[in-house]
Amino acid sequence: MSLAGAGTLFRKEVLRFWKVSFQTVAAPVLTAVLYLLIFGHVLEDHVQVFAGVGYTSFLIPGLVMMSVLQNAFANSSSSLVQSKITGNLVFLLVAPLSHWAWFCAYTGASMVRGLAVGLGVFAVTFWFAPLHLAEPWWALVFAALGAGLMGALGLIAGLWAEKFDQMAAFQNFIIMPMTFLSGVFYSVKSLPGVWQAVSHLNPFFYMIDGFRRGFFGASDVSPWLSLAIVGGSFAVVAALCLRLLQTGYKLRS
Amino acid sequence: MPAVRFDRVTKTYAGARGGVQALGGVSFDIERGEFFGLLGPNGAGKTTLISVLAGLVRASSGSVSVIGHDVVADFAAARKALGIVPQELVFDPFFSVREALRIQSGYFGVKNNDAWIDELLAELGLADKANANMRQLSGGMKRRVLVAQALVHRPPVIVLDEPTAGVDVELRQTLWHFIARLNREGHTVLLTTHYLEEAEALCNRIAMLKQGRVVALDKTSALLAGTASTMLRFKTDQPLPPALAPLARVTGRIVQLKAHDAIEVEAMLGRLRQAGVAVEDLEIGRADLEDVFIEIMGGAA
Repeated sequence: MSLAGAGTLFRKEVLRFWKVSFQTVAAPVLTAVLYLLIFGHVLEDHVQVFAGVGYTSFLIPGLVMMSVLQNAFANSSSSLVQSKITGNLVFLLVAPLSHWAWFCAYTGASMVRGLAVGLGVFAVTFWFAPLHLAEPWWALVFAALGAGLMGALGLIAGLWAEKFDQMAAFQNFIIMPMTFLSGVFYSVKSLPGVWQAVSHLNPFFYMIDGFRRGFFGASDVSPWLSLAIVGGSFAVVAALCLRLLQTGYKLRS
Repeated sequence: MPAVRFDRVTKTYAGARGGVQALGGVSFDIERGEFFGLLGPNGAGKTTLISVLAGLVRASSGSVSVIGHDVVADFAAARKALGIVPQELVFDPFFSVREALRIQSGYFGVKNNDAWIDELLAELGLADKANANMRQLSGGMKRRVLVAQALVHRPPVIVLDEPTAGVDVELRQTLWHFIARLNREGHTVLLTTHYLEEAEALCNRIAMLKQGRVVALDKTSALLAGTASTMLRFKTDQPLPPALAPLARVTGRIVQLKAHDAIEVEAMLGRLRQAGVAVEDLEIGRADLEDVFIEIMGGAA
């Protein structure tokens, strides 16, 4: 693998979102703050989560992680679809870059975007409620792994989609429901039994739950189980993504 | 080892009725240092052939190599040896001209390339646009950047896919001056164009494609010599005599008749005089590449 080539593609992908950071970083931070203000205000006294943890405190890590995941996905998927539609992907296609270089650069830049937005959301929201990092390494591990998983998934979606509306459908009908139903806004323990079971089939649940563990030292399931499931999902998605890149799926006819 | 080798390349695009064959077994070599022309009507397969060379399209069978490197098995080395100027006017709207060139350079693993980038910008008349965003450039300027991007890693083989389509005279002059210099310095050039006078002036060897097959492959001078060497051109408003009409190529008022020698020219003029056809702007000249092209495209099935 050409490290220099992969490094350039990574820097280009970071520069691409950074040049429009008002839209790619500031806007999602604002969205998360709005969720916090509205849900925190309405539900603070009504929703029971972990013992001794207020609802707003509970909500903040969920919002941070949701922002990390959504923005990591948005970065690789929108970059690739835009390049395909405008035709400038040809500059990459004629370059001597391996499928590993494509994968590492796009996924890496997605992680940077996701983590930058997550950090932004955290910086703006942690004033609203008492928070401390009980087991910070869990937060770091799940943020990084979740961002990588979503960056790779975004790359697959970007390879598959030929139009912006196909990408919007992927985002609205798969990514959004899975994030909203993952326990960002509630503890799945508060759900009726059947919905608890369904939630446990959603890999997003383990990303959020594992990330929250870093803050409260408490979680709905063991963080090791979450790590195994999120790590396994990443391995599957990464393997599929690398295979698609290697065969030139929808890139080289 | 040739600069480029096409070996029995076929390409069939999947389609509703069994697919469309774009290339039907194309084989030829381009030697190092050649200025090679690839000509053919629209849909002849020129762009498909170049896309296979660039790795954008995969051949259904056969193989292509660049300086001995197979474009699939050894794609990294093959692509490093190639600089492709695409036909479509594409650009990345996020970056300035200099950023776009540095990025392209980086993809090929070439670092600290600013001296060559500056030279490219100067040679292509882009020096004052270096820091302008790609979106702000006119079509002609964007085309220049495409050329610079293709050359940024100093490829030994340069491929230009209709680089002068819709381009003004000034850019054509700038471009050909620069490409000719690179060719003199040892770069191999593969050119497709619709402007046959360009191909005649620049290319020392030419392949003509028709319906995905090579129908002519020779030195430009040999192609010109191998056909009727004399053309009789004139303008008229009147119908031609029946003996000449089937032989003529008529474009509006302009009539062109090919002849093998002076005696045949005399005979044609005699027929025109007998029929009482008034001719204007009569000239007798050598056949050019356009005449050869039309003859070959009309003749070979």
